Amino acid sequence: MDILEKLKASELKGRGGGAFSTALKWELVKKAKGKNKYVICNASEGEPNVFKDKYILDNYLPDVINGINLAVDFIKAKDAYIYLNKNYNLKGSVGKCIVFKKTSGYIGGEETAAVEAIEGKRAEPRIKPPFLTEVGLFNCPTLMNNVETFYYVSKIDKGEYNKTRFYSINGDVSNEGVYELPIDMPIFDILKQTGNYPDFDFFAQVGGGASGEIMLPQELKVPAFGAGSITIYNKKTTDIYALMEKWAEFFHTGNCDKCTPCREGAFRIYEMIKNRDINYEVLDDIFFNLKKSSFCALGRSIPLPFESLIKKVK
Amino acid sequence: MKIKINNKEFDCKKGEVILDVALRNGIKIPAVCRHSDLEPQNSCRLCLIEIKGKGIYTSCSTKVENGMEVTTESAEIKRLRRVNLELLFAQHIEQCNECNWSYKCRLLKLAKNYNIKITKFNDRKKGFPTHQFGPSIIFDSSKCIDCKNCIAMCQKQGVGFLEIKQKDGFFCTVSNKEKECVYCGQCITHCPSGAFEEVSSIKEVENVLKKGNVIFQFAPAIRSSIGEEFGLPYGSITTGKLVTALKKLGAKKVFDVSFSADITTIEEGKELIERLSKNKNLPMFTSCCPSWVRYVEVYRPELIKHLTSVRSPHIILGGLIKMSEDNPIVVSIMPCTSKKYEVTREELMIDGVKPVDYVLTTREIGRMIRKNKIDFDQLEESELDYPWGEPTGAGVIYGASGGVMESALRTVYQKMTGKRLKDINLKAVRGLKGVKEAEIEIGKRKVKVAIINGLGNIEGFDYKKYDYIEVMACPGGCIGGGGQPIPINNEIRKKRAESLYNIDKKKKIRQAHENPFVEKAYKEYLNNKKIIHKICHTTYGNNKNK
Ligand code: SF4
Ligand code: SF4
Ligand code: SF4
Ligand code: FES
Repeated sequence: MDILEKLKASELKGRGGGAFSTALKWELVKKAKGKNKYVICNASEGEPNVFKDKYILDNYLPDVINGINLAVDFIKAKDAYIYLNKNYNLKGSVGKCIVFKKTSGYIGGEETAAVEAIEGKRAEPRIKPPFLTEVGLFNCPTLMNNVETFYYVSKIDKGEYNKTRFYSINGDVSNEGVYELPIDMPIFDILKQTGNYPDFDFFAQVGGGASGEIMLPQELKVPAFGAGSITIYNKKTTDIYALMEKWAEFFHTGNCDKCTPCREGAFRIYEMIKNRDINYEVLDDIFFNLKKSSFCALGRSIPLPFESLIKKVK
Repeated sequence: MKIKINNKEFDCKKGEVILDVALRNGIKIPAVCRHSDLEPQNSCRLCLIEIKGKGIYTSCSTKVENGMEVTTESAEIKRLRRVNLELLFAQHIEQCNECNWSYKCRLLKLAKNYNIKITKFNDRKKGFPTHQFGPSIIFDSSKCIDCKNCIAMCQKQGVGFLEIKQKDGFFCTVSNKEKECVYCGQCITHCPSGAFEEVSSIKEVENVLKKGNVIFQFAPAIRSSIGEEFGLPYGSITTGKLVTALKKLGAKKVFDVSFSADITTIEEGKELIERLSKNKNLPMFTSCCPSWVRYVEVYRPELIKHLTSVRSPHIILGGLIKMSEDNPIVVSIMPCTSKKYEVTREELMIDGVKPVDYVLTTREIGRMIRKNKIDFDQLEESELDYPWGEPTGAGVIYGASGGVMESALRTVYQKMTGKRLKDINLKAVRGLKGVKEAEIEIGKRKVKVAIINGLGNIEGFDYKKYDYIEVMACPGGCIGGGGQPIPINNEIRKKRAESLYNIDKKKKIRQAHENPFVEKAYKEYLNNKKIIHKICHTTYGNNKNK
């Protein structure tokens, strides 16, 4: 069986948050026509409370590199880049991969923004279509996968994949850390099994420490999603306004400021929350526009944590 | 290909964006950050539409697909546009009286149509600084709505003086301290929010007008664009009305710079013939665009020796006026912000006297005329003043890209062969292409010429293959100048240029050297080499950091 068949059989989906079929992506790039082709390993991991890619790089770098090399061979890529969070360091050989240290904020992790950055431009998302699979780095078809995805590609190739993924768990827990567990394990079970299920009233943020959704204890019978992070907040001791202020500041300073709703909207959310002077009608207007008229997925994802927190916890 | 917009079917071409199809068919969609010269910035998020089965998209950047069904108005779209408008105004400090957009402002019109309160949020940019670039350009960052058009345009010009920098959690438009602005003003004509504008000379001119000895001269390109300042159709020719308006403002005399363009042509023709005969410093580059000259001095000093030494037309006429009139104050009305810089160049002084005292842009004179409540459209037409008021067709077409070249070739051909060019309409050098070239046989010599239309096109251009090259910094030439009425796009440039070529076509005299007043000028004023040199020629290279 060649690697594509194996990927298809594994049903592996992208672990950066988008959950796009890996086999399909590889096939698209393979079929795309271009003078050159490129592979990029996205190791930009820029969201608070998400640290599983760092863990994988620190502990399993050879597997990640092996996954990248499989991709290079498969699409016949000219070069492979590792687009690395600027605070991360790789301990070990990266083979022929070119390491590019990411410089800009959260938005720099968006895949088209990453490509712009590697090309030496400002990390700002591109309009899609065209997708990177057709017109990517230096206008060539480009295969971009997340660190964890490449790790599992390697595992799948070796026949060692057991449908697991990596979870970052932190917050008001006793056993903070990264855990490798089945992909379909309910959050409730994950917390129990890792000895992290709280014995106090709490809420959790799942899928990203800023953009993740807020979930109540009774909602945790589903698997984790997004970037696979679970952060626990003690309901009694958490100042939800301080929490929202942290998110708001993160979005306001980490976005690219290209489009009106995200640039101005994120700022006004931050301003209202910082001043603890929230006009909920205005907030609702801004959320509406963020969701429906932002240029990229980052802007569209901003309302979710706030709306779920306000609805469920406030 | 066909798409449906609001349930009506329209033809369209592959690769077109929805916005263009809609606008072409009279369907209005608000689009503030889109400029057809540039790639869509996707910034304002006002041009939203809904595509059936897919959702909300921006029409300025979404390409048509066969069978697509588009809705341009709905309660949801309205709400989205309203809120985004409110957010835009939340960062934009209005100064409408002094603004280049003033009564044409799309933002204000939208605010009214969508019934929004423009003061819903406190002004985030309150206290943001105003920057001045040389004697030409002002950037009031408190008006900026962050669309980045100016940056894209400055890059397209090959200058890259403007860039993005991160400040206090925002990416802002700033100038690059390591670079120099060339004052072309294309940032102004591409800014939707009036944040860029010219350094105004209106106050100074108002003051000197009280003294009564002010002589106005206006550039070739003004006659087909000034009407737009008063709502007239693009390309309207209003030379006679402009003369009347200027007289009403208190001008003693009004002259036409097209006339001295004929002198530039003759002097430049002489120089070209000489360089051709000696095969020295070829190609020769034109120098009537001060942004181009500045670009050469700052970024391409190796080209200095290729610039013609001839002064630009309004500087020559300014010199003639200073010689022939009694203590005049000369005000040039120019389509250009860079001319404000040009008149500060010291090597242009004639015995310590500036040939031109003030420069107003087309927009500024428009504002002055409006301010004085002169009903421009209703004005009688007046004649230009004697003797520098009668241009040839060659002088008029100076205002369009390729015009300088065409005028020069008409004259050079005659001078070198003793014969008139068979067809003096040199169509190959006209039009809006970025680079144009032609080859004409003059006697035994094949002269290869090129036209660079838009400064950015000089980058990487293999100039060594040519004998004579015209460069205009602004796309379209002066009719698309940085001082011209806004908006400007290719359709408008075409109409303004067409009008100039129509004037040329109808003129009896269409070649510079046949202008009887030029003859008069050479007989009575420019009658020895020394004087010609003083009034008509200059030097370069001492202005790098101004
Ligand atoms: S762009 Fe100019 S006219 Fe329009 S609102 Fe702003 S300041 Fe006023
Ligand atoms: S005047 Fe020209 S060079 Fe200067 S900032 Fe504007 S576009 Fe750039
Ligand atoms: S100055 Fe004008 S053109 Fe430049 S980013 Fe601001 S609004 Fe856009
Ligand atoms: S005109 Fe389409 S986003 Fe501004």
